[in-house]
Amino acid sequence: MNIPSDLKYTKDHEWVKIEGDVATIGVTDFAQSELGDIVYVEVETLDETLEAEEVFGTVEAVKTVSDLFLPLSGEIIEFNEALEDEPEKVNSDPYGDGWMIKVKCSDLSQVDSLMSADDYKSLIGA
Amino acid sequence: MKNTALSSTHEALGAKMVPFAGYNMPVQYEGVNTEHETVRNAVGVFDVSHMGEFLIEGEYALELIQKVSSNDASKLTVGKAQYSCLPNDDGGVVDDLIIYRVKEDTYLLVVNASNIEKDWNWIQSKNDVGATMRDLSENYSLLAIQGPKAIEAMQSLTSHDLSAINFYNFVVGDFAGIEHVIISATGYTGSGGFEIYCKNNEVKQIWDKVFEAGADFGIKPIGLAARDTLRLEMGYCLYGNDIDDTTSPIEAGLGWVCKFTKDFTNSEALKREKEQGPERKLIAFELDERGIPRHGYDIVDSNGKTIGIVTSGTMSPSLGKGIGLGYVPTVFADIGSKLNIQIRKNAIPATVVKLPFYKK
Repeated sequence: MNIPSDLKYTKDHEWVKIEGDVATIGVTDFAQSELGDIVYVEVETLDETLEAEEVFGTVEAVKTVSDLFLPLSGEIIEFNEALEDEPEKVNSDPYGDGWMIKVKCSDLSQVDSLMSADDYKSLIGA
Repeated sequence: MKNTALSSTHEALGAKMVPFAGYNMPVQYEGVNTEHETVRNAVGVFDVSHMGEFLIEGEYALELIQKVSSNDASKLTVGKAQYSCLPNDDGGVVDDLIIYRVKEDTYLLVVNASNIEKDWNWIQSKNDVGATMRDLSENYSLLAIQGPKAIEAMQSLTSHDLSAINFYNFVVGDFAGIEHVIISATGYTGSGGFEIYCKNNEVKQIWDKVFEAGADFGIKPIGLAARDTLRLEMGYCLYGNDIDDTTSPIEAGLGWVCKFTKDFTNSEALKREKEQGPERKLIAFELDERGIPRHGYDIVDSNGKTIGIVTSGTMSPSLGKGIGLGYVPTVFADIGSKLNIQIRKNAIPATVVKLPFYKK
């Protein structure tokens, strides 16, 4: 199970990469493997400002639908449009080409509440 | 939770296991899309040993079967099977099943795993004719070997000519070194192939030999997730989703297995329903836009009013679009009708289509 040490994580199996006040967000290797073949990533909240824990989108695998929760409050400034045609990138490269959204964070202090790679590792028992 | 005789084999192959109808079953091995394509283009093997098997025997076997099942089992000769359903007294369906005529006075009924106890009690309650019933569900295993290469890949395992077994026919014979195996040209995928019934202590040997024989044909193990996408592309009903105790076989499109030339449970009411036309129908639909319908989503009209409900839905791996089944009032059920599927906040347009979704 790939859990890069330079990223932050959530209990909802999302990863967060902070650069300045912009956070890039996707789902973890564990999440994509549990979901199975991902066939649709729906994000209809582009340009919206949401609070942490709100649903920003949905990821659909062949058998299941899962909500995507925003880890940090802010404005959704970018959606990875490549996923519209190739949602399977979430399976093949969850931390790279499979990224989902970029958020302009409104409260960077929330970053402290995210999990480290080690914390996440113990959450999933890896 | 129960294991099949192969549960540990699946685990060793790296399958993701899930509880299904009380059994520990493989839902996927490599990935549902790959497994789906394997069955459509080559050959794949499902362990569906959770299915239930009842033997109905003796002089009165046919009489009992004719009473409880809607299809006409008197048409069966030894070596033939038929799809049928068990109607209840209230217009619904106890279960759908396959009936095999194994010997002159011996019939094998193959029922859904989730309904074994219910079906057994139901059939027994109707058995005032004195047929002998035996529940073999715990003793028998079932492998479905499905795909266009199944015949070629499996021929070396038996002395029977597999290409000579017509659809819904079967032989009892040698397979993979085991005698008295049922080799049945049936399945739930629409891609051809066989279902193999054997005893639990024989299934591991058969499984291993099937994979040896199929190696050159790209054979792979297939999980329940792909079983569902494969059957849905054909529009085959799944009990518990598309049909249940409250859905009539007529509205579910199973009128073709209701033979009103004989009497059976609730046949008079079902005959009337067929003549008058059902108030609602199970329809097949494709989404016109991007989205994936799911079991339980609302079907809505152009004004946003709920007119029905999705009973099965998925992203079709073969078609690359959202497909589903659902019940709507008959007025909305014509092929080509437009309706909408409520997917979260959006009503996604869909078109009623003819089955199957997948055409070879």
